[in-house]
Amino acid sequence: MWLRPFLFVKETMTLKTTPLNAAHRAMGAKMVDFGGWDMPVNYGSQIDEHHQVRNDVGMFDVCHMRVVDAKGEGVRAFLRYLLANNADKITVPGKALYSAMLRPDGHVIDDLIIYFMTEQWFRIVVNAGTADKDIAWMKQQAQGFNRHLPKEDAAVALSPSGGKLDRGQAPHPSPLPEGEGTKPITITSRDDLAMVAIQGPNARAKVWQVLPQTKAATENLVNFQAADCGEYFVARTGYTGEDGFEVMLPKEQVEKFWYDLSKVGVKPIGLGARDTLRLEAGMNLYGQDMDETVGPLESGLAWTVDLKSERDFIGKAALLANPPSSKLAGLVLLDRGVLRGHQKVKTAHGDGEITSGTFSPTLEKSIALARVPNGVQIGDTVQVEIRDKLLNAKVVKYPFARNGKGLIS
Amino acid sequence: MSNPNNLKYTASHEWVKTEADGSITVGITQHAQELLGDMVFVEAPEAGRKLQAREECAVVESVKAAADVYAPVSGTVTAANADLDGTPEAINSDPYGAWIFKMKPDNAADVAALLDAAAYQAVVDSEAH
Repeated sequence: MWLRPFLFVKETMTLKTTPLNAAHRAMGAKMVDFGGWDMPVNYGSQIDEHHQVRNDVGMFDVCHMRVVDAKGEGVRAFLRYLLANNADKITVPGKALYSAMLRPDGHVIDDLIIYFMTEQWFRIVVNAGTADKDIAWMKQQAQGFNRHLPKEDAAVALSPSGGKLDRGQAPHPSPLPEGEGTKPITITSRDDLAMVAIQGPNARAKVWQVLPQTKAATENLVNFQAADCGEYFVARTGYTGEDGFEVMLPKEQVEKFWYDLSKVGVKPIGLGARDTLRLEAGMNLYGQDMDETVGPLESGLAWTVDLKSERDFIGKAALLANPPSSKLAGLVLLDRGVLRGHQKVKTAHGDGEITSGTFSPTLEKSIALARVPNGVQIGDTVQVEIRDKLLNAKVVKYPFARNGKGLIS
Repeated sequence: MSNPNNLKYTASHEWVKTEADGSITVGITQHAQELLGDMVFVEAPEAGRKLQAREECAVVESVKAAADVYAPVSGTVTAANADLDGTPEAINSDPYGAWIFKMKPDNAADVAALLDAAAYQAVVDSEAH
């Protein structure tokens, strides 16, 4: 027997560990090398863990993800220019926004969530594998921004009448004298913080049981909103398609928090189920469904990219100049088998490729996201090359499942 | 769970049981199912197919990975376990009961030369490091 794609990397280098490493081992986790991190893939059955989250509650160690604080006067204007989604959409304190961060050529550096806390403070959560490059990029852009505010603000700042300069040609804003009434933007990696995601229909109740002091501040949070509760930063966000919280807290406290959650019946969930849950929920995984070789419009992220407003942002000109010829589509396998990443998809409009594929425990069918030519439509039947066979799959609208229910008939 | 002493094994994690009529029954080991996790799909070879030793002849897929199953010896497939179509998870719950296919070996001596339980355990232990 030979395992095709999965990671059984020999430990030739030291893996990074989260503060919950000992707890995972004590709870019987099967550990794997996940992008250089020693992480739990499951604690027994991945499928049981998947259902546990859809039907009740489970907790995930997401300490490997990085919390970044962007602070300073004008931090909103900075993010408005840095990100493809528009930071101006979040005006209620705590509100969160999902966005891609693009290179000037329109390709995706990372996808991330920003939380608006105050006009001087936005919190950002980025992926583990991309954190260092993200932070370097943000700092580089902040440096430029501190010297050269983006045009719109520069125009307002420079012109006593508030009149606007010509805009839209050069991607780089005109220079401003240093210290022109603004404090510099600072980008701080919060390596002192840990993060645990508690997800499922009963997730919030369990968190309140363990952290009753946060209940008053968090019970009225709407979806995609966070509250800063002193030591605990509690966000109603997640990566499963279920209700729940992501809790950021000091690293030294996370192991106790984890065991306290376990005591009130919250089961630990590994990265295996995290992947099937997010794929059923139709959420992209950076490094699989998009990366620095593609743009957001080919990656199912058009809904997060604001091309209509006058706002300029890094990558906008490239997106406008290069309309996409492919898109991300949902597939459900009609024949027997399992869809996997990189399998070839044959369509009437040309070939495509699966970016993420798995067996959906909720639908009990194999599902996938695939990058296919624009002409492919929902309802089409396409063929997927699996080993030496061509199997039929149907193109569907995704998400495939959320809030405990399958969404594909 | 230890590896039954009455079976033979391959370094690629198949178990082999010799039947009274000289045919063999093939499945994957406890160690293999544990590595793969929850099984969701099994593709077994068709009866009548001739196989060379170490030829890829079946595929088992778990939620997280696909794995090839090899012919332990040369011979001809005589049966595939159709029950696994509906219950691939039987490989997880009962790896030494949930057989994948049966074959008639070309040479009985090839089967005798496969690993015994202790030798197979040594392979598993060496992979753990």
